Formats: sequence, structure tokens, C-alpha cells
Amino acid sequence: MKVMENNSEILSGYGGGYEPADEARISEKLLLGLSGRQYLDLIVKNPVNWAVAAILVIGIPLLLQRYLMGLSSVTHGSQDYPWGIILGFGLFGMVPLSASGFMLGTTVEIFQRADFKPIERLALLNGLLGYFFAVVFLLVDLGMPWRLHYAMFVSFGPAAVLFLVAWHVATYLSVQIAEMLPAFAEWANLPRLKRFVRSIVLGLTIAGIILSTLHQGALGALFCYAPGKIHPLWISPEFQWLHYFVSSIFGGLCMVIVVSSLVRRYMTWRCDTNFLGNLDGITLGLAKGAAMAFITYLIIKIVAVAHDEEWLYLVSGWGIYYLAELFTMAVVPLCLFAVGVRHRRVTLVRWGALIAVLGIVWNRLNTVLVSYNWTSHQEIPTWQECWLVATILCFYFIVYRFVLYRLPVLFTHKSA
Amino acid sequence: MKLKMNRRSVLKTLVSSAVSAAFLRPGGNASAHDFSGYETNRGVLVDLSRCIGCRSCEAACNREQGLPAPHIAFDDQSVFEQEHSRRPDQNAYTVVNKYDSLLWEHPLFRKIQCNHCLEPACLTACFVNAYTKTPEGAVVYNADVCVGCRTCMIACPFSIPAFRYDSAFSPRIMKCIFCYDTRLSKGRPPACVEACPMEALTFGNRQELLSIARKRMRREPHRYVDYIYGEHEAGGTSWLYISPVPFAKAGFDMEVPKQPILNFVKDFLAMVPMVLTIWPGLFAGIFLLCRRRGSVAGTGESQESKISGEIIDESHGE
Ligand code: SF4
Ligand code: SF4
Repeated sequence: MKVMENNSEILSGYGGGYEPADEARISEKLLLGLSGRQYLDLIVKNPVNWAVAAILVIGIPLLLQRYLMGLSSVTHGSQDYPWGIILGFGLFGMVPLSASGFMLGTTVEIFQRADFKPIERLALLNGLLGYFFAVVFLLVDLGMPWRLHYAMFVSFGPAAVLFLVAWHVATYLSVQIAEMLPAFAEWANLPRLKRFVRSIVLGLTIAGIILSTLHQGALGALFCYAPGKIHPLWISPEFQWLHYFVSSIFGGLCMVIVVSSLVRRYMTWRCDTNFLGNLDGITLGLAKGAAMAFITYLIIKIVAVAHDEEWLYLVSGWGIYYLAELFTMAVVPLCLFAVGVRHRRVTLVRWGALIAVLGIVWNRLNTVLVSYNWTSHQEIPTWQECWLVATILCFYFIVYRFVLYRLPVLFTHKSA
Repeated sequence: MKLKMNRRSVLKTLVSSAVSAAFLRPGGNASAHDFSGYETNRGVLVDLSRCIGCRSCEAACNREQGLPAPHIAFDDQSVFEQEHSRRPDQNAYTVVNKYDSLLWEHPLFRKIQCNHCLEPACLTACFVNAYTKTPEGAVVYNADVCVGCRTCMIACPFSIPAFRYDSAFSPRIMKCIFCYDTRLSKGRPPACVEACPMEALTFGNRQELLSIARKRMRREPHRYVDYIYGEHEAGGTSWLYISPVPFAKAGFDMEVPKQPILNFVKDFLAMVPMVLTIWPGLFAGIFLLCRRRGSVAGTGESQESKISGEIIDESHGE
């Protein structure tokens, strides 16, 4: 709260200079129309930046260490746990939370629900940045990050699930960049670019739906390669892709609810009345959509347990842990959403969304780390590994905020 | 008229997504279907009742493959007490573990290495095709294209491939290659087999090895349990094991599926072309439905008609 006031005070102190004229030079726009000194002031006075800096001071040397001395200088380098928290969080956790772009793209462009328009761009941006940083996480974790493009241009293993993920994430990333171009065009004052993108928006959106369905599912299907290693409650080969796809639906929606609640509170100065005024109604609308996905998710989870005849596992310690996860991820948020929507209590919905977001990340970590190798030993990530995750998250935060401050995402541009 | 133009743009969308679909289809999955191994598939039969845990095979492998010196010498038997369940890692393609069993006259030893599956999970999981199954049956790895994603390590049901995590600039997967370059491709048995003083390892054609195993089991039924590990595990492996005690007692993972690991991802792979072909039409259709409702209603929210109007205008413009 304090932070926001700081910022808006400073910004309004400079005569609301944060919205430079359309014709202003890009360099002026980058500094929000402030002078270099004023901008620096803005950064230094914000305590959040100090917290971020504290993480980066240790995180950046760790990152260098990883690249100069090998992965095992910061992780256990475990042969039994090939995927650790970096991928578990960064790839498997970030991607479902970034399904927001295709969800709201579909709602607004295909179902033509104009009432969700004010939040469409935030959802698209959340998707784009989420995917982009999932790739960044991947670059940290891959053994040979400099060969990231090999699956596209050098050597092909088209029957592999990861091949599909790689291609789809890469294509979808470009689709999302295209989808965000209109916002960029408005900011940089390039109306022709915007017109062009608008003309292909339907194609982009449908491509987004296809690519998302497939790679969200594919991330789940990746675990089907290890049916014997993952605890049966966390793996059911027939349904895994469905679990991952459906949870990405509420994952994306809940993430937008969380982010929009944060910006509404801490970045109020950047939002226009169209955004702020409609947000409560939109949040409730998103909650309704997410509730459907929660119900679907719970049903297919039960079907999977029944199909694989795993009822007995449910009464073991693993079963209790599994149910705890299921409650956090779906049941509790569903209840909060139901009450929240019925009585129009938006705050309840916002908390529910946060719980669901954490629940999804927990579920992915449970699959990659906790229930993996459940018959042998358990791996606990090193602190350096966790710190690296926090470091990349800080970069994510910085970029996210940087874009929100500038591009017309939370406000409608004059030209729109 | 307006609607027609609009249809055309939808059609365009359909065509372009179908084209992209053709490029993005995981086409190769047919190659792995109904594949039951090459006729020439070689293998090794490991007889646990004969192995005395001398670790000659470990030493021979180390020498043949030029691997780093071990931190416990190969002739030092104390390794069995110091490290109970070793696995192949970045420094060793093969390891021998000891299992005390009351069911047999002497402790049992199990040699672990890549089993050179008939339908290798590592190979099917690798998205840059770094693995190759040679006609001789070896599953070899090409470090030049590997990206280091480590999916093969996730996929291998025997947890064989290891990663050289400690190398920043030339990390790679380390795994037994059946001495393919130096021996197997020239028709010779791998170094470990030649080094074994007890003839616990028998090299030959997989089919012949299966009948040798059965013959031994028939001739000395008290010496063997009635099971050949590797005959069906993970869809069948080139390396086969026979044992005097139940396999679980000698550290074998009996949970390994009796079918190729690829079968577990088939459900998903089969769904892919469906989504690619059905989704574009489905959502384009929904788009048209929603659009028409919007224009028929006419009096709907002004913003809504503005949006659909915009799209129509633009298709005009092209
Ligand atoms: S044992 Fe593992 S590494 Fe060897 S071929 Fe089979 S799946 Fe691949
Ligand atoms: S680590 Fe290398 S060999 Fe293994 S799946 Fe990934 S790219 Fe293929």
C-alpha cells in the first residue's frame, strides 16, 4: 500500500508526467516522461526494489556460478531426480498459470464477450510473460542451454512429447507476442502495425487455443514416461493430460484474478476507470468460469482414482497428503468462489484465487519432486536452487512491472 | 454480404491453421508401433547364481570406455559394505551390487548397466533424437545433439542414463553403449562379458539367450526361479537375467511395466491430431455463432458490435 502511495505521490508530484504525449520520443516514454534523476528517485524510494535488490545481489552470482561451474555447483546434481525445483516450479508451475492469455483471448475474441475486454490485455500479458520466463527457467536448468533451438532446426525427435512441447511453446510464444503487439503499437505510436495485427487476431486466437490445449496437456503427458516412478495417485496415464489441461484453465483465470487484485491495489495510478470500475464484475465472471473448471477437475480426478482402482492409497499417508493438495488446489477455492459469487463478495474470490494458484504450484512440485521416486529416497533442493528460482521470479516481477507502467494494458489508450 | 466476407476470413484462418497443423504434427509416432526388435538383436544373459562379485566387469568397462578412475579400487570388495545400492552414474557405466540372501548358498551380486531395451524409453522420450537403436541391438547416444533436458533419465524405467552435472561446458548423458563402437559393431562381445571369469555373462543372439536360459532352468530347476527378467520388462530388453532367488530379493524393480513405456504416452499422442483438426473448425464455428447472435440482436451493447464491426471492416480492407 505504502509503495503505491509513494509512487503515485512522486508521479503526481511531477504533474502527472507519467503519460507522455503520443509524439514523444521513445526514450522519454521509457522514463515515463520523467527526467533521469526523477526516475532514479522513483526507483530508490520504493522499498520493494530494495527487497528485489537483496535477492539479486546473491542470485546473480549464483547464476554466474551455475553457468561457469556447472549445474552441480548449485544443485545436488542428482541422478535420481533429473528434474528439480527449477523445472518443477519454473516450467511445470509457470505454464499453467500463464494459460490466461488463451482463456481471455477466447472469451473476448471468439465468444465475443465484450464485458471482459478491460482485462483481456492483462491476461495476454500475463500469458506472454509467464511463457517467456518459463523458457528462462528452462535455460537455467538445461544442461546445454546454448542448444535450445536444436529441436527446431538441428535434430528432430517428433515422436517425443517434449518435441511437441518445444514446438508449441515456441510457436505460442510468437503468437502471444503478436497478440501483445497492438498494445505496443499504441504505446510506440505505430497505428499501421496495430491495424495489421487486428486483421489476423481471429487466426492468432484460434492458433492459441490449439497450441495451448496441446502443450498444457503435453506437460502432463511428460510424466506418463515415468509410470513406475511416480506415486500412482499423481499419475494416471489415460487422464494425465486432461488433468493438466483442465487445471491450467482455472490456473490461468486465478492468476489473472490475483494479478489484477495486486495492480488494483498497488498500481492504482496506472489503471483507468474502465479497468477499476469493471474489475469487480469481471472478477466474479472469471470466478464463475474457474468454478466450472474446478468441478470438471474434481470429477476427472475422482474418475482417475476409480479407473486405476486406487481407493486404498487414499487411506495411506500419501492419500492424506494427496487429499490435502486436492483441497488446496480445487475444493477450498471452489467453495470460496461459490460463496463469493453468490453474495458478490469479491474479496473472498480474490483469496480463493490465490489459494488455487499456490495449490497448482504445489501439485506440480508434488509430481516432480515429492511423489517422484516415492519408493526410494526423497530429494530436498539446495538453498542455492531455491534462491535461483527466487532470482528468476524477481526478473519476472521487474519486467512485468516495467511493461504495466508503460504499455496501455491497465488503461485504454486514447487511440483505441 | 458482411457475413460472407466474414466467412471468408474464417476460412482463411482455417486453412492457415490446417497448414500449421501439418507442420506441427508429431508424425513419427507410427515408427515405434508394433516394433518387436531386430532379428539380429544381440544381448547378454546374466546368471546371478554364477556371479561372485569380483567386479572384473566394472574394471573392464572402465578401461574400455576410458572412464575416470574409481574412488574405491575395483579389486576392493569393501565397496559392497560402504555403498549399498550403487547405480550407474557419470563415472561408471556399470556397477555390481551385493544382496545378502538366506535363500541361497552365497551372497548374490547383480550387475547393473543399460539393458538395451527393444523399444527404448530413453529413445522415445528424447526430443532431439539423440539415441539410436542399432540393428545389433545396442542403444547408443549422440552427445552432439543432446540438449541436456534429461527427459531420458525420467523415462528410463531402470534409471540408467546419468548426467554429467559437474561440467559447465561439455555436460552430457553417460550411459552404457554395449561397447558399440569398439566391439559390438565388429561382432565382438562387450568388454565386461570377456572379462568375466565365471561365465556369469553369456553373449549372443537374444532369441538364443532366451532358450539357453530356459534350458538351464529346466536342467537345474532348484538353481533358478522360474522367471527371466528382461523377457517382458519394458517391452523386452537385450540384457536378460536369471536368478536363484525371487528377483525382488536381488534388488530388481518388479514394478517396471511389462510393456514399452511408449504405450503410456500413446493416449496423449493419439489425441494430438484430433485437436489439430477439430479445434480450428469448432472455434471458428463458435465465433460465427457468437457473431451472428451479436448482429441479429443488433441492440446489444454498443461496444460489442463495435468489436465485431472492426473485424469485418478489416477483412474488407484486404
Ligand atoms: S535401459 Fe534405459 S537407457 Fe537403456 S535402453 Fe532401456 S530405457 Fe534406454
Ligand atoms: S538429455 Fe539429451 S539425450 Fe536425454 S532426452 Fe534430453 S536431449 Fe535427449
